[in-house]
Amino acid sequence: MSISALLSMGRCRCRCCCPRGLWMLSAPCRDDRRMCVCPGPRRVGIPVRSSSLPLFSDAMPAPTQLFFPLIRNCELSRIYGTVCYCHHKHFCCSSPHVPQSRLRCTPHPAYATFCRPKENWWQYTQGRRYASTPQKFYLTPPQVNSILKANEYSFKVPEFDGKNVSSILGFDSNQLPANAPIEDRRSAATCLQTRGMLLGVFDGHAGCACSQAVSERLFYYIAVSLLPHETLLEIENAVESGRALLPILQWHKHPNDYFSKEASKLYFNSLRTYWQELIDLNTGESADIDVKEALINAFKRLDNDISLEAQVGDPNSFLNYLVLRVAFSGATACVAHVDGVDLHVANTGDSRAMLGVQEEDGSWSAVTLSNDHNAQNQRELERLKLEHPKNEAKSVVKQDRLLGLLMPFRAFGDVKFKWSIDLQKRVIESGPDQLNDNEYTKFIPPNYYTPPYLTAEPEVTYHRLRPQDKFLVLATDGLWETMHRQDVVRIVGEYLTGMHHQQPIAVGGYKVTLGQMHGLLTERRAKMSSVFEDQNAATHLIRHAVGNNEFGAVDHERLSKMLSLPEELARMYRDDITIIVVQFNSHVVGAYQNQE
Amino acid sequence: SQLLTDVMFYRLLSIVRQQRASPGWQNWPSARSSTSAAEAHSIALPTQAQVVICGGGIMGTSVAYHLSKLGWNNIVLLEQGRLAAGSTRFCAGILSTARHLTIEQKMADYSNKLYHQLEQETGIQTGYVRTGSISLAQTQDRLISLKRINSRLNVMGIPSEIISPKKVAELHPLLNVHDLVGAMHVPEDAVVSSADVALALASAASQNAGVQIYDRTTVLHVRVKKDQIAGVETDKGQIDCQYFVNCAGQWAYELGLSNEEPVSIPLHACEHFYLLTRPLETPLQSNTPTIVDADGRIYIRNWQGGILSGGFEKNPKPIFTEGKNQLEIQNLQEDWDHFEPLLSSLLRRMPELEALEIMKLVNCPETFTPDMRCIMGESPTVQGYFVLAGMNSAGLSFGGGAGKFLAEWMVYGYPSENVWELDLKRFGALQSSRTFLRHRVMEVMPLLYDLKVPRWDFQTGRQLRTSPLYDRLDAQGARWMEKHGFERPKYFVPPDKDLLALEQSKTFYKPDWFDIVESEVKCCKEAVCVIDMSSFTKFEITSTGDQALEILQYLSSNDIDVPVGHIVHTGMLNESGGYENDCSIARLNKRSFFMISPTDQQVHCWSWLKKHMPKDSNLLLEDVSWKYTALNLIGPRAVDVLSELSYAPMTPDHFPSLFCKEMSVGYANGIRVMSMTHTGEPGFMLYIPIEYALHVYNEVMSVGQKYGIRNAGYYALRSLRIEKFFAFWGQDLNTYTTPLECGREFRVKLEKGMDFIGRDALLQQKQNGVYKRFTMFILDDHDTDLDLWPWWGEPIYRNGQYVGKTTSSAYSFTLERHVCLGFVHNFSEDTGEEQVVTADFINRGEYEIDIAGHRFQAKAKLYPFSSLFTHKRRKDDMELSDFHGK
Repeated sequence: MSISALLSMGRCRCRCCCPRGLWMLSAPCRDDRRMCVCPGPRRVGIPVRSSSLPLFSDAMPAPTQLFFPLIRNCELSRIYGTVCYCHHKHFCCSSPHVPQSRLRCTPHPAYATFCRPKENWWQYTQGRRYASTPQKFYLTPPQVNSILKANEYSFKVPEFDGKNVSSILGFDSNQLPANAPIEDRRSAATCLQTRGMLLGVFDGHAGCACSQAVSERLFYYIAVSLLPHETLLEIENAVESGRALLPILQWHKHPNDYFSKEASKLYFNSLRTYWQELIDLNTGESADIDVKEALINAFKRLDNDISLEAQVGDPNSFLNYLVLRVAFSGATACVAHVDGVDLHVANTGDSRAMLGVQEEDGSWSAVTLSNDHNAQNQRELERLKLEHPKNEAKSVVKQDRLLGLLMPFRAFGDVKFKWSIDLQKRVIESGPDQLNDNEYTKFIPPNYYTPPYLTAEPEVTYHRLRPQDKFLVLATDGLWETMHRQDVVRIVGEYLTGMHHQQPIAVGGYKVTLGQMHGLLTERRAKMSSVFEDQNAATHLIRHAVGNNEFGAVDHERLSKMLSLPEELARMYRDDITIIVVQFNSHVVGAYQNQE
Repeated sequence: SQLLTDVMFYRLLSIVRQQRASPGWQNWPSARSSTSAAEAHSIALPTQAQVVICGGGIMGTSVAYHLSKLGWNNIVLLEQGRLAAGSTRFCAGILSTARHLTIEQKMADYSNKLYHQLEQETGIQTGYVRTGSISLAQTQDRLISLKRINSRLNVMGIPSEIISPKKVAELHPLLNVHDLVGAMHVPEDAVVSSADVALALASAASQNAGVQIYDRTTVLHVRVKKDQIAGVETDKGQIDCQYFVNCAGQWAYELGLSNEEPVSIPLHACEHFYLLTRPLETPLQSNTPTIVDADGRIYIRNWQGGILSGGFEKNPKPIFTEGKNQLEIQNLQEDWDHFEPLLSSLLRRMPELEALEIMKLVNCPETFTPDMRCIMGESPTVQGYFVLAGMNSAGLSFGGGAGKFLAEWMVYGYPSENVWELDLKRFGALQSSRTFLRHRVMEVMPLLYDLKVPRWDFQTGRQLRTSPLYDRLDAQGARWMEKHGFERPKYFVPPDKDLLALEQSKTFYKPDWFDIVESEVKCCKEAVCVIDMSSFTKFEITSTGDQALEILQYLSSNDIDVPVGHIVHTGMLNESGGYENDCSIARLNKRSFFMISPTDQQVHCWSWLKKHMPKDSNLLLEDVSWKYTALNLIGPRAVDVLSELSYAPMTPDHFPSLFCKEMSVGYANGIRVMSMTHTGEPGFMLYIPIEYALHVYNEVMSVGQKYGIRNAGYYALRSLRIEKFFAFWGQDLNTYTTPLECGREFRVKLEKGMDFIGRDALLQQKQNGVYKRFTMFILDDHDTDLDLWPWWGEPIYRNGQYVGKTTSSAYSFTLERHVCLGFVHNFSEDTGEEQVVTADFINRGEYEIDIAGHRFQAKAKLYPFSSLFTHKRRKDDMELSDFHGK
């Protein structure tokens, strides 16, 4: 692929990334300088054919440079032109100043020369650092809060909802965009015709179309899969005779969570076809419905429908374009189904479900309820290798990415990794012009011999809730790559149990001076202040994820800087973060346990 | 009985001595057992006493002490724990006379003098040391506030001065003075051990007059017979008594509610923290002055060579909301995190203390009241039930004076000073909600050290009583103030004004609502305004025969026997001729009267009437305050609005001044229309049954549109009434003011053909002359824009001599000057005794008003400016409207 092709891709919303964290991207700067960027969390990348670029050596001797002092100078165009970023930890030299920071630029002299042949930019940035003036665009704490709280949502489950005592107390959810628009989605709903509650986070890539569609549709597919035969019949009869439908789901949505009106008819028809097939398959014996099976079927069916809709197309040009965008973009999903003490987690991709368990001594431990489907998962690597001929063993996963491109190994949509080359070409050619013009959709992955390479089939884990299981965190990889799971569970656990009521201090018989006491109290107050600002566990977690300093405490300055990054830079420092924290009612869970 | 007293005394002494041996706070748990020796003498309670006092803290012992001084001797004091063990024990021991109210200054001054000589009198050491106190100002506003206090202390004869930061540093070795703009030094303030003071008072009372003291005796409830105290029920038996004094501190509320007929004593406790340290390396001298750094929210005194420092934080912790709770008492622990802001403040003020070692953080709940003033006086419902509690953290400073006033009140029926501001009757049942108290004290406690600027309003416990028009007025920009729980509009913010800025108007200078109120006043003068005055107390007195007239004639100084439809302004006086109430009475028919009194008279006036009314089933007194919405139509065009709405002629010929008629307004019938406005301006009061309120208001506003009608608030009303020299009860008038002293002879009918309460006193006063005179002052060289505004309580100087204080003030938009109202005395230059004040004395003086230390020249007037010019204008307007009409 030519450099010019890459340049044109730079305009695409999806900034792309090369396997080793080095990507060419046309920067929107005046003098058309190029920057070398490795925006770590990007999932989809397009390889640079040109091998003229020397790859970074693993042990890079170059000094590191914090990004922030540069921003202070408000010269973003310069930054674009001068800085290299790399997110992979092993690429980065550890800086004594910011041991935890993932955000640092890792310049390489040779590469730098390539980037800016006429200027020794490294010295230049060094110089800039010392000349840096005090921060000019700080956000005040209220401004920070308004950004963090813009998308927060809380739902308290009525203790007795008329049918059963809920094992869920409620949930808090929130999301913080890095992409514009955000590509993450979240959903939560109560099943009305069966028991239980569904919660899910969806991480989109190459646009938000697929994650949006999955967030709207997946729970209906699951709910329908869980419905007994009679109910399905009843619903079908109602539709047939034009009667009012039984409501299937009660959604718990933030005002910003929208459903697309235009596609609802199309989506409904697909769903109806699904339940009609379910009715036909089931002969009427009311066999117990297996939740695990239902989840797997629903996932696969929805992905199938997405694929079919794109192949069939729609006479309405808007809808036609929409279904194509849905199919050509992708989304991972991590869905929890909670019914009494039965907790099922269905996961496709690299979002994660984490259970917060409180040990007898009050400490917190994390139990992972899902497996990431990516290159770090040995079983997934083996699965992929088994599914494809031996001669592809090297190419199917390259540089930790599927076909060297995609980070998650399972996903909805992404027909580029599912359809045959013929089908892709046919659909694109017959598709609308917008699709034809899009370099990304037209591009066929390299070494594409035996599709499909990608599946939406989830891995389902079952967990029987115990009284010590206090909460469940569902979050997209934006959270997990900034925070260790143990920290996540501890922070949420302490938040929910009000651990912020720290042990009171008593002087007792010790010799304490006023100055010592004052120092101690100031420290304690700083710790507490971050807790008191949040009424939402998910917000609290985001505050920590974005604002934690090296001591694990929220640093307002850092938080302020991270949140004041301009749209086009935010993506390089963090991914979209979406979090749902579900709190369980230990008493109810305990009662279930005692019943048996 | 003498033997008993001796036993009591020795017992007391043993307590005192044991506590001496283990002084102060260091090991108070051991002090708990100190009475074990005394328990051997467990003596049976007497069955009868004249007075039973509940509470052995500084209040109870002070009341006992002063009652015994006044000659009463059949007194029993009951304490549930040990003497002087509650808040009294943990009191920080600071006696400060720098108070915001004159009556509080007087109480503190008296306490100071009492404690000073107590050791000599009783032989019990009280730890009294005259340290002086320094109140620091970090801001200019704070300094103004201190200067105001300083002016008032000086005229009371309490030495005090405003000093520079440099001087502060000289007076106290450890203070950081860099951020100060000034301070006030009161050299005679003191520190004293309050527990020892209480013990000394108790010992003196028991020794001198045989006051019997029983500790470990809990009052269960009070027995009431026919609204009169009959006795108390304790866990050790019953005592019959005629008087009961509730000095139960933070349990006073609970005790009040325990009666069959509950007595509402609105107070609530908050946790209060102070710090004790070990001695400094060079221990502080015992006479190091006490520091009050109100801007830093802390006080600091020397304590055994170290420091005692506490404060009033912004986020208080209320406690005992659900009553006495053993769990909460046990959990009263040091809360360092809570104390952190105060500790920071302390270290900022005294940085050298960093290395000082902590001894203890003491948590001692203090009691607070809804308006930051203590509670004393007799219950409005139960005769003989007295209360002294709710000291807002100043129990030690007030203890002596408050005990004295209450003792006088019980013995003579009246204290020697006006204590209306502290009277229990200023509260009603509406302040007794636990939720209200909990929320309000959280605001009151920080307010102790907040800057007290003129015209501040409480923010909590609001919107309790409202007029039916509340929402309508609020939507039109009304800003609200609260009186007796009732929301009243202050002024109306025009739509184009910046609302946020107005909310912040905390200043001693010209407030930012000035222009708004000016336009409202102007509208009252030139067109017509409507003010919602529903908060006023409204009673109806009806009888089958002449009983209603008779009782009103007996209570009122004016002649009530007027033709039906007439309104009479009258005072209700006490035996000494002072105003118990100042009201307007309309004669609805021969046997029924409608009485309008100030808002805060709801409880006081009710109890005054009930006290004097015969128990006659044919005489009915009803509180109808809630039944009527009152609209005040002020202005020359009010007459046009009303006549258009009622199709009835409203001109003075048909509807003379001070006339009341039931008529229809709009569709609504039975509206009581009265030709008075409480301001001296022309206009009408409409008393509207509440279900018609919205209708009448809407009609008035829509019809009034063409006459330029607009809403107005109380600030406009205030300006109007003060420039007309109208005195208001509670503000200018009190139970110590007679009609003759405030130029209201014309409202007294000494020869109305029957006796009335206070007549003899007035006759005598008429003969002897008055000793003070209500006077109106117009400030001459006062620049409204640049100078400090007067508020109330400013000293008045005549020919350089202090003669009295102002009681209220307002800017008069007509005179374009500030007007202050106040009383002028005539103190003899030689003896300081009060002499007769004559009109000549008033007129022949050069006057100055002292506002925060700056004296402004003022002209004195004994009678209001003629209102001729307003009449003339009105006549012109009428002619003009006739012209338009044609």
